[in-house]
Amino acid sequence: MTDKNGFFDLSKSGITRRKALKGLAAGAGLAVAPGFVRYAQAQSSAPIKIGFQSHRTGIGAAYGRWYEKTTAAAIKAINAAGGINGRQVEVIIEDDGTDPGRGAEVVGKFATQHKTDIVFGTLFSHVVIGSAPAAGEAKMPYFVVSEGHHVASTKLNRYVFQPGITDVKSQIQSMAPWIAANAGKKVTQIFPDFAFGYDHRDYLPPALKAQGADVIAQIAIPPTESSFTKYFPQIPAETEVIYHVMVGPAVLTFVKELGEFYGSQRPQLFGFIDSLEAVDINSPGLEFLDGSHFWEGSPRYAQADDSEAQKAYRAAVGIDDNGAAVGDPKDVSTAAHMFGCWETLYVVKKAMEDAGYKGPEDRAKLVEATEALKEFAEGPEHPQGPKTFNGKIHQCFGIQNISKVEGGKLKVVHKTKIEDGLYEAEGDYTTQAL
Amino acid sequence: MSEASPAKAYALHLGIIALLFALSFILPEYYHGLLARIMVLAVFAMGYNMLFGYVGLLSLGHAMFFGAGLYGAGLAIIQLGWSVPAALAAGLACGAVLSLVIGLLALRTTGVAFMIVTMMFAQVFYLLILYFATWTGGDQGMVVPQPARVLNFGATSLDLTDPTVRYICALTLFSLVLLITLSIVRSRHGRVLVAIRENEERTKMLGYDTYSNKLAAVVVSGTICAASGAAYALLFGYVGSSFASVQYSILPLLWVLLGGAATTLGPLIGTVFMYYVIDITSGYTSAYLLIVGIALILLVLFFPKGILGTIRQRWLRWLP
Repeated sequence: MTDKNGFFDLSKSGITRRKALKGLAAGAGLAVAPGFVRYAQAQSSAPIKIGFQSHRTGIGAAYGRWYEKTTAAAIKAINAAGGINGRQVEVIIEDDGTDPGRGAEVVGKFATQHKTDIVFGTLFSHVVIGSAPAAGEAKMPYFVVSEGHHVASTKLNRYVFQPGITDVKSQIQSMAPWIAANAGKKVTQIFPDFAFGYDHRDYLPPALKAQGADVIAQIAIPPTESSFTKYFPQIPAETEVIYHVMVGPAVLTFVKELGEFYGSQRPQLFGFIDSLEAVDINSPGLEFLDGSHFWEGSPRYAQADDSEAQKAYRAAVGIDDNGAAVGDPKDVSTAAHMFGCWETLYVVKKAMEDAGYKGPEDRAKLVEATEALKEFAEGPEHPQGPKTFNGKIHQCFGIQNISKVEGGKLKVVHKTKIEDGLYEAEGDYTTQAL
Repeated sequence: MSEASPAKAYALHLGIIALLFALSFILPEYYHGLLARIMVLAVFAMGYNMLFGYVGLLSLGHAMFFGAGLYGAGLAIIQLGWSVPAALAAGLACGAVLSLVIGLLALRTTGVAFMIVTMMFAQVFYLLILYFATWTGGDQGMVVPQPARVLNFGATSLDLTDPTVRYICALTLFSLVLLITLSIVRSRHGRVLVAIRENEERTKMLGYDTYSNKLAAVVVSGTICAASGAAYALLFGYVGSSFASVQYSILPLLWVLLGGAATTLGPLIGTVFMYYVIDITSGYTSAYLLIVGIALILLVLFFPKGILGTIRQRWLRWLP
């Protein structure tokens, strides 16, 4: 590089061998000086910084709070066991307001201001999709705990991973065999008229068809709706199973009105616990759900056959046998999803160790090391259960739980197999440049 | 507003543009990226200010114009595979056409009715995005692929995902809109708009076609907001329905009120202020919106005409 004043033109700088040797000696002197040694050590032992994009405010706040608790517990356990590559782990939290615009800014803030090693923890799909371009542009590994199909769809970019929680397509597909065999063959779906509902609308019918069952009606309810009675007459009389995935504050009204509509003679009910995460299953109005079934990622209530790893995980996070905060029975957790934070952090640990990760300059190595992971055995690091990982689509696959509401608790009655949720890859992130 | 020599006003605005350009070399990396985003959204606020500040029409539906640009440009790239300039043009065209149609309908009302009608149209626009989720991505939105966000000039190309290129593009858009806004408000048309705001009946009596002037203002305002939306899609790579929600109709109102309605630079100041207050306070507490609320109350008490509006009222009466 040169300029017309010759500032950077070494040919004109008149550097002699004597000057070069002096310079080298000075450099060597600096390198062995006590201050420099301390600095170098500080670099190698400085904590690994994880940027936690948290939904502290906005619609995702209930999830965000429990995601933070689970993350804190996992980091405490990881640090107590020596950290990652001998370095302690520090979590820096920024609130994204559950807003995709702010989410992208927060990812930028982690990359350029906090200079974190990775970004982690996002749940809501629109925030993940809104933040993914910022992560890709900053070449920042972005580990989400969202359960959306967006990562596995390969529509995002090579820096986005979901290794700690299964995606909704896989979950729905896993439910179909049990529904067809145990609940009924004629299914009516009731779902919110936005993306979360559309996943169920699109993925359930083919999955049921493969099991010899049919979706006989699909009832989409606008997100602005606050009363549901007028929709219930649309449910065909021959319906054997109502598959419901209503979410948000309206779910209590939905269940209450559904109960009033059917009385004691109702079809089988099957739902996703997403509707009732952080909501006490014994809340007034939910009595109608007694005897119905729910998908759960990880069981909210302690089960008789819980593994030691599951018990240790629950104790570490601080949830009691009913899935509420220890000491505050009204503070119900988001147990079905938040385990994903714990497991994702252990995947990050494993990938960083495999990559010999030292700092942000190794982010590409970290991406490749994560893509190379194949499976995670059930145990303290993966208390929800064993998982496989598809590095091409950056998505894990695992078991699912089907729980029955019995005596005011959710009891697991069936666990699916990993194979139940596998599907054809829709693309391949590894073909994208790093 | 007292009369000032055009040179003084233009010098101030060119100075601000030069300052923003200089900041691109000085600012730390994070604030560099943040300012690029702020400049794009300040354009949104400037478009809003054109109607609210200068004509006195309070709209609660400008998110639909921002959304028209956002989706016009985004869908053109994602679904049709158009180039960046063509997508930008599509975004602008969507905003212009939508604002013309909305203007023709909504200008049949005034005052509170105008506010409600614009809010209703914006809600329809928002729900249409959700309804046509197959193409729009619904409430989850869509990513504009990184490889598509490249501006080609013959053999050379500009990568819009590069922070420096993005900053310069945002600055260019901001500067263009700022100078256009300045020239409009100093023009005969701009004076008629202010006259309409102050007394529409009297302006009519003086022989001006107030309806046409207001309609032109709605179209200019909507198109500027659409330019901001299109730029957001192209520069930041995300197209989502939350940007068309009522929240994004209220935000430009707040930015303009904070900075100073009917001041050309107020929207920038308001946007910067709001962004930085949120960015800094959210680092300390999750109740940052409470602090933002208190800041707004203090501003209303001590700067009732917004920051720049009050400065103009008290000290610099020549400010445009």
